[in-house]
Amino acid sequence: MIYLQLFLSFFKIGLFGFGGGLAILSLIEMEVESNGWMTQQEFVDIVAVSQVTPGPIGINCATYVGYTIAGFWGSVLSTCAIVLPSLVIMLSICKAYFWLMKRFHGNPYFEQTLRMLRFTVIGLVASAALILIKPTTFIDTTSWIIFVLVAFFTVLPNIIKNKVTDFLSHPILLIILSGIAGYFIYR
Amino acid sequence: MFFQLFWTYLKIGTFTLGGGYAMLPLIQREVVDRKGWIDEEEFLNMIALAQAAPGLIAVNSAIFIGWRVGGWRGVAGAVFGAVLPSFLIILAIAMVFAQWKELPVVEAVFKGIRPAVVALIAAPLVKMARAAKISWSTLIIPIVAALLIWLGHVNPIWVILATIIITLFVVDIAERRRR
Repeated sequence: MIYLQLFLSFFKIGLFGFGGGLAILSLIEMEVESNGWMTQQEFVDIVAVSQVTPGPIGINCATYVGYTIAGFWGSVLSTCAIVLPSLVIMLSICKAYFWLMKRFHGNPYFEQTLRMLRFTVIGLVASAALILIKPTTFIDTTSWIIFVLVAFFTVLPNIIKNKVTDFLSHPILLIILSGIAGYFIYR
Repeated sequence: MFFQLFWTYLKIGTFTLGGGYAMLPLIQREVVDRKGWIDEEEFLNMIALAQAAPGLIAVNSAIFIGWRVGGWRGVAGAVFGAVLPSFLIILAIAMVFAQWKELPVVEAVFKGIRPAVVALIAAPLVKMARAAKISWSTLIIPIVAALLIWLGHVNPIWVILATIIITLFVVDIAERRRR
């Protein structure tokens, strides 16, 4: 039964997940939470690993959540389930590509919906971050210092763009540095 | 064609860190510049469609390019190639990590990483807001969406559906009035 639940949850996520990996995190978060599959802490750790390993974050996260809940077949199932809706929808789009381009380019219904979804997706990403601000992830003042520093270095290239700020803004570097900081502070 | 696409996407999937968006420039170099499978304009259309459709952008792009280049076999090859490295790497980590989780050292490291992860999710918001050309009046949309999900515990799926329905409704009224 857990397999069916897992499949349905990730199928839903694939079907309604607009805006790519980061926005999809909020959907995965909600499914995991409402099903009581794992603690928030476990989920954050999975997101951390998903961000530092190669490949699409959504696939990484789906595989990991699936494995944690139902082992190897759980990971196979959730990964397939998140891809399946894309397969059906994107293939239909491909088949109707030229027709779609002619028909919907400049269509106000289509273009406005896309524009509004882009705004909503920003809210989705924000909520994914907000939900994770909890005593389990932010245990003390040091946590907030790490948060502010990482946010600062990530945004920095938008203000001063050069090779140094680009290098320092790399998510993997920042996660590794935070891990090292954690090791020395909380050991 | 299956193997060519499989191999191309396998390479891209193995060596890009940072998710779907980070994959796009590599896909462009490989598929447009080196192989010449599709041209620049079609690539840009592909990005627009891959973003507009639900699902992961990396997977959507693999489906599009797979189909344009090699039909069904192309799709199978590209999707398999894009997903497989992620799947295998995560599976290996998950298996090992399940045993390490209880170690105090690992717990200490993750205590440092957790707030960083939240910052990494939040920080791209600035860039996203800029790319979406958000204004002071439209800023209300993401704020309401975030509050509904965060404090109202509304499933994001409903927020997405509501956005689509309300927009279609409002545009419909405007269009009728224009005619």
